[in-house]
Amino acid sequence: MQSGPVKQADPQVEPGPAPVDERALASGTPTTATNERWSRPIGRRTVLTVLGLGALGTLFGSSVQSGITGALDAVHAQGVASLLPGGGGFTIYTVTGGYPAAPVDYRLQVGGLVQKPLALSVSDLRHLPATYLTSDFQCVTGWFVPNVHWVGVRLVDLAAHAGALPQATAFEFRSFDGIYTESLTLAQARQSGAIVAYSMLGAPVTREHGGPVRLFVPDMFGYKSIKWLERIDLVTRPTPGYWEQNGYPINAWISGHPPARAVRA
Amino acid sequence: MSTSPTEISSTDQSPLTPARTGHLVRFDRVGRAVHWVNALLFIVLIATGAALYFTPLIALVGRRRLIEQIHLYSGLALPLPLLAGLAGNWGRALRRDAGRINRWSEADLAWLRGLIDGSLDEPGARAPRLGKFNPGQKLNAAFVVGAGLVMLGTGALLRWYQPFPLAWRSGATFVHNWLAVLIFVTVTGHIGFALSHPEALRGMLTGRVSRAWAARHAPAWLEGRDD
Repeated sequence: MQSGPVKQADPQVEPGPAPVDERALASGTPTTATNERWSRPIGRRTVLTVLGLGALGTLFGSSVQSGITGALDAVHAQGVASLLPGGGGFTIYTVTGGYPAAPVDYRLQVGGLVQKPLALSVSDLRHLPATYLTSDFQCVTGWFVPNVHWVGVRLVDLAAHAGALPQATAFEFRSFDGIYTESLTLAQARQSGAIVAYSMLGAPVTREHGGPVRLFVPDMFGYKSIKWLERIDLVTRPTPGYWEQNGYPINAWISGHPPARAVRA
Repeated sequence: MSTSPTEISSTDQSPLTPARTGHLVRFDRVGRAVHWVNALLFIVLIATGAALYFTPLIALVGRRRLIEQIHLYSGLALPLPLLAGLAGNWGRALRRDAGRINRWSEADLAWLRGLIDGSLDEPGARAPRLGKFNPGQKLNAAFVVGAGLVMLGTGALLRWYQPFPLAWRSGATFVHNWLAVLIFVTVTGHIGFALSHPEALRGMLTGRVSRAWAARHAPAWLEGRDD
């Protein structure tokens, strides 16, 4: 570091008239009109300003954003991701090398501890009693898409349709992407009103969003709503799914517990 | 201690350099190493960040878990080159440059004012005598340091989110995503300026700039009066 009065004074020098100059002038140090005041720490101020804005954005970004995007209920006051470019509000995840395509002659298999295993085409599903939902899609990392419309068949209805055996207490789900798995207890399926969805955002579920058929579990984080659903097994106990084995919490309730209005079945 | 830039002389490490080439050392090896390691990390972070975010790229790349891990560890590594470069004996030049970037002179403010009101380009205008870095470079460097820290903080919050309320995670996502866009714009501008100013770019590639370049762009530095 350079020596000299200017440099030594630097750490203490704050904005305002610089005593440095007067000292330099008084001591007869030659100065020019343009460059003698090197004491304004604008770089540090810039760094601190950016840090401050970042902290404010983290603490209040969601409410500021929701104020802009309009009325959202107090629990879900974060509409930030929907304003970002791309994905229509969704950041569309996949854990394999792209968005997998449905097998030709797709059938949703329902098996395990059931009296009557099922192999349902999308058309078969559409002929079962439909449930319509409008619910937010909430990612565990924070982004969320408000008021998504869903249509599908309730999971508990499907279990009843297949004749779930008394010892069955959980669902295990498998994706035809070959990797992703999830599970729910029968009680969670009832409390959440989870559906096997074939329609989303007012249209058949697209390939990116997990079509032709995916799960949607209201009031739980998005990783529970497995995409590209291929197989449902009734089992005696749930197994942690793909992201749960990679650190996501087993308890996926957004509020930490089942919603108060829970019992829908 | 010399206050003016190091002249390339017969004592320079390169035996091929003539005694007096009229060149100055602008960035030493430490500064250049930090810059290029940072550049590599930024490229990896921008590429993996885009592959985690944009649907068409996700369709091409997928493998969320792997890409997340690369993005995470590159991000965690980002402060290390600069910290390593600033520490120790070898960091003297870099520390001195950090001081130059921090502090602004009257000339810097005059330059910025002139840039904003257009008087810099007026015929006969007296160019402010800038130091080693112009105010644009100073702002860029300070912004990138602040933005890098914010990205590190929000990124860590998103990775280790469990202790934090959902609203903070949403806020952190908001900040992380939008700041990524700003950083991308800044980095693109930085590369654009480098490509349109070959000698400045050469300063970061070889470490040297000509005396004439310094006289035009960094006269106060040339005279050893810029810090």
